[in-house]
Amino acid sequence: MANFSLKVNGESKEVDVDPSTPMLWVLRDHLKLVGTKFGCGIAQCGACTVHLGDNAVRSCQLPVSAVGEQSITTIEGLSENGDHPVQKAWIEEDVYQCGYCQAGQIMNASAFLKQNPNPTDTEIENAMNGNICRCGTYTRIKKAIKNASSISNA
Amino acid sequence: MTLIKTTYNRRSFLKSGTLAGGGMILGFSWLASCKPTPEQVSNIPKEWFDINSFLKIGDNGMVTIMSPNPEIGQNVKTSMPMIVADELGVDWKNVIVEQAPLNTDIFQRQLAGGSQSIRVGWSGLRIAGATARHMLVAAAAEAWQVDEAEITVNAGVISHAASNNSTGFGEMASKAATLPVPEEVKLKETSNFDIIGTDKRNVDGPNIVTGKPLFGIDIQEEGMMIAMIVHPPAFGMTYKSMNADDVKTMPGIKDVFPIDAYKEDTEKQWSDAGAINKLVAIVGESTWQCMQAKKALNVTWEETSALESTEWHDEALIKLLNTSSKQPARKDGNVASAFKKADKVIERTYSAPFLAHNTMEPMNFYADVTAERALFNGPIQTPEFLEKTLSSRLGMPVEKIDIKMSRMGGGFGRRLYGTFGVEAAVISQRMQTPIKLVYTREDDMTQGTYRPTYKVKYKAGLDKDGNLIAWHVKGAGSNDDLLFENRFPAGAVDNYLAEKFSLETNVTTGAWRAPRSNFVAGAEQAFLDEVAETAGKDPIEFRLELFDRAIKNPVGEPEKNDYDPVRYAGVLKLVRDKAGWDGSMKNGAARGVSAYYCHNSYVAQVLDLATDTKSPKVNKVWCAVDCGIVINPMAAKNQIEGGIIDGIGHATYSEMTFKDGKPQHKNYDTYRLIRHKEAPKEIESFFVDNGIDPTGLGEPSMPPIIGALANALYKSTGQRHYNQPFITEKSVIG
Repeated sequence: MANFSLKVNGESKEVDVDPSTPMLWVLRDHLKLVGTKFGCGIAQCGACTVHLGDNAVRSCQLPVSAVGEQSITTIEGLSENGDHPVQKAWIEEDVYQCGYCQAGQIMNASAFLKQNPNPTDTEIENAMNGNICRCGTYTRIKKAIKNASSISNA
Repeated sequence: MTLIKTTYNRRSFLKSGTLAGGGMILGFSWLASCKPTPEQVSNIPKEWFDINSFLKIGDNGMVTIMSPNPEIGQNVKTSMPMIVADELGVDWKNVIVEQAPLNTDIFQRQLAGGSQSIRVGWSGLRIAGATARHMLVAAAAEAWQVDEAEITVNAGVISHAASNNSTGFGEMASKAATLPVPEEVKLKETSNFDIIGTDKRNVDGPNIVTGKPLFGIDIQEEGMMIAMIVHPPAFGMTYKSMNADDVKTMPGIKDVFPIDAYKEDTEKQWSDAGAINKLVAIVGESTWQCMQAKKALNVTWEETSALESTEWHDEALIKLLNTSSKQPARKDGNVASAFKKADKVIERTYSAPFLAHNTMEPMNFYADVTAERALFNGPIQTPEFLEKTLSSRLGMPVEKIDIKMSRMGGGFGRRLYGTFGVEAAVISQRMQTPIKLVYTREDDMTQGTYRPTYKVKYKAGLDKDGNLIAWHVKGAGSNDDLLFENRFPAGAVDNYLAEKFSLETNVTTGAWRAPRSNFVAGAEQAFLDEVAETAGKDPIEFRLELFDRAIKNPVGEPEKNDYDPVRYAGVLKLVRDKAGWDGSMKNGAARGVSAYYCHNSYVAQVLDLATDTKSPKVNKVWCAVDCGIVINPMAAKNQIEGGIIDGIGHATYSEMTFKDGKPQHKNYDTYRLIRHKEAPKEIESFFVDNGIDPTGLGEPSMPPIIGALANALYKSTGQRHYNQPFITEKSVIG
């Protein structure tokens, strides 16, 4: 066990955990931020996606000891009032069914749009291919990303 | 105007009361089913009288509708309250949908399965809304001393034009609560619906996009430990021994012990189908610590029954298909002599593998069992059955068992089987502490309760004019006999024979989205395509000829045929027109068509496959649906799109195979699920507008798309696909 100082959603947090503990479980078990979801544990489904700095990462593969000074943003901290353009677009397109994978989809999409504000369909498909939606909301996710892209650029 | 009774034998389906602080509450049964017309009253199910939901009208005019069903992704939490709100006559903006307080002792809950929620709830929800409206109107009529019949209700406002009176629901709610519940109420004409049939966004949307703790796996309680299980690595094996002492000393680990999740004398319910009697439990402070202990644990297992492999399943099913059934499931005419007379005979065999459900939220359950009582919370579709098993296993009366239900991160049938709840209970009882049991993805994928593996053999005979004169189908599955013998084309062919077989396997199986239909639809619709081609006919025309036969002169007793050929043909014609089907390629795309009826709804689809890319991709799917009245088109289309993507994905990429009883796929690195790139570029849905009472949509769009895909693949590559997943047949999709 060791102490780590983390910057999560703009706040400083202290945790005392094994250095190998993935951020996914630090967030869920220790910081009680359960919006980040456990899906596969091997970086294949994208449900656990968070932002490390500006990049989307799979928190199930990110040991707490590797975070250092970098800031972590989770779905709970993506916007103060749930009004990030991607969140708004998700509501507008009524994307979700069960909703479980959507935090990961939204975190991946928001990091992607920051890097590529005007993506093509193929670019969206490539960027989102690591995020599985078992309910099959892929066509709506694509629409929502395009919609968010136009909200951001408006 | 439909008049509908709210009572039967002096018992009321509804109960009204005054809200503390002002307003009205009306309790009703979410389960109320068939219309209580006089000729049907003797058939009223007892569930009609179980008050299990409420609507509240506050003195501020806000209407709260309690939904007793947890959400599993089919959007009933939004769509069902829309029905109540429409009959009530309130503005949707002033409706709040809440999850009813969950307690199985009070709330007789229905199963979220089989796409039946809307179909079963329709009448009861309408009666509830109409009754509340009627009572508000009666209160206003009394207050204003006017005739009830002259009062109108619109968007939460009660008006009487002649006396120039007008007031909101809130002002009349307290008075309405003091009036008796009417014995008969008028339902709206369906043409006057103003909420039903409009797009309403998911009421939980804002909570989902902000990561609120909605799901079972998100449950956190004071003093709660994390528990994990280790189950046998193979079907046919059981626990023998382990190195528990080495693992118990690991950081954060509280205990490691074998459990009898089920004992010899535990009374099992059907929902215990996937039960594994003996497991190992690990209990610790955090999930990661438990996962580390799980890795370090060495368990010895012993063989108790045959260790089955995929080759054995395949061979055994083929063997069954080569036998004859002593008692056919259905027999019309004489297929043997018809095949002798036939000009052309075609025979094909289709197969599909076992499939895991793979809900994105792995199985999990919270349990807090003490000597006095047992509390549970988690994602489950069948709490009433779990409660019975728990009562037997824990030796505790059901009154002391309380099961709460959380939102579910997907179901697809998996959460009908609550064995994880029993495991959680036994672990908590032993630890004397609250625990949350969490499966890893590997636990979840290798635990069983799979979609059965299936094979089906079709043989069709055509006369020299290309008419279908004989149809022989043999179906077989693992622990499941596959066929719906009275579905199409039964009733449309003079000589028809259906035989079905079940292969006993120790690989456990259960319901998986659109059970049986999820395979047999694709096989049948691909076979029909080949038969139509052999007959030299357009595949849509060929099907319409058969429906025409079933309409005009059905074979066998018409009531035995489990489909309505008029509605069936209706969706096929609709999709033909919308897709501009003329049998040719459109925009360089290869086209396939399919139609199927299941779960009380009719679906026909045309699928366009791009052929100009190295790896063909689904350009577009046109989907025509007859599910009666569509409550919430935006949500309905979401279900349709999801079903289509699910069908394409599983038929193309997914399979669970076995070697010596061991599942050969444990996680998404080798178990392939459809992803963004492989999804259709566009899906367009169309509904038949016929005013018929609504039926469900959680399942019906999934089964037929597999046939449409197989038929388009053939047009694209010249290769027919008989074995799922198609990717194993050197398909070029993907």
